[in-house]
Amino acid sequence: MNQTSKPAGGTAPTADHRNVAALHGVDFSIDGKVIFRGLDIAIRRGEVTAIMGPSGTGKTTLLRLITGQLRADTGRVVVEGREVATLSRPELYAMRRRIGMLFQNGALLTDLDVFENVAFPLREHARLPERLVRNIVLSKLHAVGLRGAARLRPQQLSGGMARRVALARAIVMDPQLLLYDEPFAGLDPISMGVVLRLIKSLNDALGISSVVVTHDVREISQIADSSYILSDGQVVASGTPAELREHPSAVVHQFMEGLADGPVTFHYPAPDYPTQLLDRSEGA
Amino acid sequence: MGLLGEMLQNTRDFLARLGALTRFFGQVLLQSPSALLRPRLVVEQVYNTGALSLVIIMTCGLFVGMVLGLQGHDLLERFGSEEALGTGAALSLLKELGPVVTALLFAGRAGTSLASELGLMRATDQLSAMEIMAVDPMRRVVVPRFLGGAIAMPLLTAIFIAIALFGVQLVGVQFLGIDQGSFWSQMRGAVELSDVNEGLIKGVTFGIACSLIAVFEGYNAEPTAEGVGRATTRTVVISAVVTLVLDYILTALML
Repeated sequence: MNQTSKPAGGTAPTADHRNVAALHGVDFSIDGKVIFRGLDIAIRRGEVTAIMGPSGTGKTTLLRLITGQLRADTGRVVVEGREVATLSRPELYAMRRRIGMLFQNGALLTDLDVFENVAFPLREHARLPERLVRNIVLSKLHAVGLRGAARLRPQQLSGGMARRVALARAIVMDPQLLLYDEPFAGLDPISMGVVLRLIKSLNDALGISSVVVTHDVREISQIADSSYILSDGQVVASGTPAELREHPSAVVHQFMEGLADGPVTFHYPAPDYPTQLLDRSEGA
Repeated sequence: MGLLGEMLQNTRDFLARLGALTRFFGQVLLQSPSALLRPRLVVEQVYNTGALSLVIIMTCGLFVGMVLGLQGHDLLERFGSEEALGTGAALSLLKELGPVVTALLFAGRAGTSLASELGLMRATDQLSAMEIMAVDPMRRVVVPRFLGGAIAMPLLTAIFIAIALFGVQLVGVQFLGIDQGSFWSQMRGAVELSDVNEGLIKGVTFGIACSLIAVFEGYNAEPTAEGVGRATTRTVVISAVVTLVLDYILTALML
């Protein structure tokens, strides 16, 4: 059992080789709005780590901190033992070559077909014989079940297919760490099941580490080795999915059970409803 | 005081944007040599911005030339010197109309295409995806598009001028009966290499300016449908104004 005893807690990451990435006491704000306060997260090597939380809690921002697209105000973001903020641009790019990321919408390059999208990182970073590029790309497309779609354009793909192509592209450079940003959003149940199985099988077969940012609790609970729940800029709970379901925190309970109202309120902050209806100074 | 404050704020915003554009231009120039090492990307963009603009450039060139022929003939007829139509048309097309009208058409066709493409790439996370894949979007996407536009623009200007001269000749010589020999010989006698250079310099300058504005606006577009639309509009408006301002400055310098 690995539960936090207070909302501001979270499992303190250990600076050991078992962590492929870690955030230590990270504060981050955008335009004066606080996104994270003292965030501590550890991504275990070889595991599927789920980052969950209500919309707007900065889950995607967390991924951008790991990839160095954003810099923490204070605290440390460490990837593969090196602090991201201290890396020079070439070092940062070298680090990113060992990271794959699946964007929510796939982010496929619309001027290239499926094959060229998957081949893109190879062509940019390695001077390989065309035959080898072809074999690597076809093997990755085969792994996601889309070898037959190699010559389709991104516009011809369904949402699930686009995400699988993006997954093939994310693994084409054989990364150590795979980041998934809302991989299940907007997918039909079949596509969702396919993507879910792919995340787990790729993680195990390739021996990589995965971070899945999602709010699809049921789905991710099937494959996650450990989970963090974020709320109000902090980790409110962490542990295995089973542990989180038994967590005493009201926020965690509301999130895990998908309750409409609770500590995370249904209504956006607003003046008293009857008072606003009677207020003649506002509107027509 | 409120009005003054607003003016100050607007001036500050304008200067900040100008500074950002200048810095962006510096980055583009710095990355240009390495982008030229991959000529296929640049050639693709010359095709996208240049070859795909050919129909509109040629059609407009023909009609601009034909109108010039009609108006020029009408004007010169009053002085009994219709044969000077070739000279007048060639000089006005080479020195002014060719580069300026081509730049305005370029901004409307290729500039909007560049800005909306880059804006959509930003809005759909394609540029972020490149960054994650350790590919610099400036080098891979922005610079080839800038270079493609900057190379295509002078070529389009030359084609515009050639087609427009054909239009002038069509109306002046074929329809209105000006002597073909004196039309071409007067033109060849009066037009000097410096006139051609003036058009060339303007074409290159407008090409750099319009391409830079398009890629800058697109690359920095707000990642929403509205933001992309605004970037596209700004590209046309700013390109048109900058083209005309630069035209005045260059003309004043070269006269």
